Amino acid sequence: MDAFWIILTGSLVALNGALLGSFLLLRRMSLVGDAISHAVLPGIVVAYLFTASLTSPFLLVGAALTGLAATWIIETLNQKARLQHDAAIGLTFTLLFAIGVILVASFAGQIDLDMDCVLYGEIAYVPLDTITLASGIGMGPKQVWTLGIVFVGLIILLLTGYRGLSLTTFDAGYAAALGFNTSFWHYALMGAVSLSTVAAFESVGAILVVAFLVGPAATAFLLTRSLKWMLLIASAVGIASAISGYYLALWLDGSISGAMALMTGVIFALAFVWQMVVKR
Amino acid sequence: MNSLSQFLSLSDANVRYVVIGCVLLGISSGLMGVYTLLRKRALIGDAIAHAVLPGICIAFMLSGVRNTWVLFAGAVVTGSLAVYLVDLITRRSRLKPDAAIALVLSVFFGAGILLLTIIQSSGNAAQSGLDKFLFGKAAAMLPEDLWLFGVVLLLVVLVLLTGYKDFKLLAFDKGYAQSQGIPVKALEMVLSTLTVLTVATGIQAVGVVLMSSLLIAPAAASRYWTHRLSGMLILSAILATLGAYIGAFISYTKPGMPTGPWIVVVLSCITLASMLLAPNQGVIARYLQRRKHRNKILQENILKAFFHLGEKKNNQALAFGMEVLRQQRDMPVARLKSGLRQLVRQGSLLDTNEGYQLTRSGLEAATRVVRLHRLWELYLSRHLNIAPDHVHEDAEGIEHLITPELERELELLLDSPGIDPHDSQIPYTQKDRNR
Repeated sequence: MDAFWIILTGSLVALNGALLGSFLLLRRMSLVGDAISHAVLPGIVVAYLFTASLTSPFLLVGAALTGLAATWIIETLNQKARLQHDAAIGLTFTLLFAIGVILVASFAGQIDLDMDCVLYGEIAYVPLDTITLASGIGMGPKQVWTLGIVFVGLIILLLTGYRGLSLTTFDAGYAAALGFNTSFWHYALMGAVSLSTVAAFESVGAILVVAFLVGPAATAFLLTRSLKWMLLIASAVGIASAISGYYLALWLDGSISGAMALMTGVIFALAFVWQMVVKR
Repeated sequence: MNSLSQFLSLSDANVRYVVIGCVLLGISSGLMGVYTLLRKRALIGDAIAHAVLPGICIAFMLSGVRNTWVLFAGAVVTGSLAVYLVDLITRRSRLKPDAAIALVLSVFFGAGILLLTIIQSSGNAAQSGLDKFLFGKAAAMLPEDLWLFGVVLLLVVLVLLTGYKDFKLLAFDKGYAQSQGIPVKALEMVLSTLTVLTVATGIQAVGVVLMSSLLIAPAAASRYWTHRLSGMLILSAILATLGAYIGAFISYTKPGMPTGPWIVVVLSCITLASMLLAPNQGVIARYLQRRKHRNKILQENILKAFFHLGEKKNNQALAFGMEVLRQQRDMPVARLKSGLRQLVRQGSLLDTNEGYQLTRSGLEAATRVVRLHRLWELYLSRHLNIAPDHVHEDAEGIEHLITPELERELELLLDSPGIDPHDSQIPYTQKDRNR
């Protein structure tokens, strides 16, 4: 049963990452996703100061706002201070992450947050933290519920906003001419990325979030030119990485998050070699 | 204060190692950061830093000892592999460099974490401290670490000095460097290798995640102060050293404070301060410049309105009120008021009971702007064959920019003309004629 919950948790993170990551990749913002997943740390630490864990949805959203702030800072540094874009990303996320680490060190006695856990999470502990109803019926791990709710929210966003999201991604000028608010969709996407990062944080840590944001989307990008297929293939690749990563970690007796991240790379490598062969 | 003097005097051997180590690291990453920044590859350092982790783990697994040099060798191997893979993915697929960097760094780091946890669960006693690479271990530097840092720094400085001219061309204009027959590919490889070496040492101070800051922040800061490569290199090295030193000191004063993150925070603050305060390039300086320019345009437009009004009445000594001025040239009342105030303060206008009146110097300035406007209109219609009814807009913009030298050129070219395409006089004051 534990294996099921762990794989389900990993798959939910993978699905969230694959769907959002596809849009990020097409917008050439993969590194911004990377930056957000590090930059939410100070928000999470502050949220932890208020409660022992990220259980309250309010705190979840509050912490996710740090991610939005990070994208705003990157844009401001780029446009107002004329710092080149890659440097703006690097400067912003390292500063916010450093502040987060310092906060963790400062409040070491008051919060139960391990720095290693920040990076690679403790997905193995997910099945231990369950929700039990007053009637005594077990409802499954808390993390699965949090991630599941974020996933459902994401699906709703995609179903209702598919046209806006895809149009602003492929041709911002045309979308604007049609009356779509490009900056609204930009921040909606960034907000979704931050929210799913924060939701995934406790279980899998920053590293797996980044791997799932980039790996499955990049793999799908090599295999298809249609956005719908890209979303589907990326989701499938994400779930495949989660399952294979779990058994790899079990076999090697190592970090499950690390193994899942590694598997996204292995699957990408296969697709990469395949597209090179096909092109010949 | 006791801790400060203790820190500054370097009497404590531990402090000495930390400070010397951070300074050595700071200089190499400050130097290499300039090149990665100028080549628009600032985040490749991030990929290398993350990719170093599996190399360290594999080196440890193979050798079984925590020897600085052995781990360093492993780090360099996987770091270089990461650079190669980013390049390969970008060349051989449709993926863009940013996606390739993000992919390589997350997968390598995942592999590193997997290996690290495998080592930890194997229970090898010597492994303790291997996880220090995640967040740096500046507080626990050993003499052999310092030797390593010193060797890397020496190498960086020697190579950069030897190929200074070629690297400079490569950094600023790769296409031109290529056309000059400079072996661009080989030089890029040298720079990548040096970056890998620097990153592989740098992560010992600030850790894997924060390493890219050590490369980016000092270089970005120095870019605001100077455009010269030599100046950037020196300044970047100094700022990186300063940041590392102050960061190390802050974490020294408070027990339990991590060194790496403090170095990053200090460096980032230096960069943000440079961004705001640097002359010419800084945000504040550019804001002031823009405001000055905007005010100049405002003043000249008001003076022009005076001139046109006076021209209609054939008397430039008349006074006009705000309403009349706004009928001549529509502008927001607040802007007009502030412009008038500025002109009175400069002595270009007199604030009389009947309104505002041009002074002698004000009339000279107003005449000059109108003259430039009309000269330009004439130039456009005569030499660029633009219809007379299309030249006004362009002249509105350029009249604020033409220098006295350009004005003379225009007069020569147009043969000191008397009237513009709209049959208006091109005005000169007595002083202009005496010139």
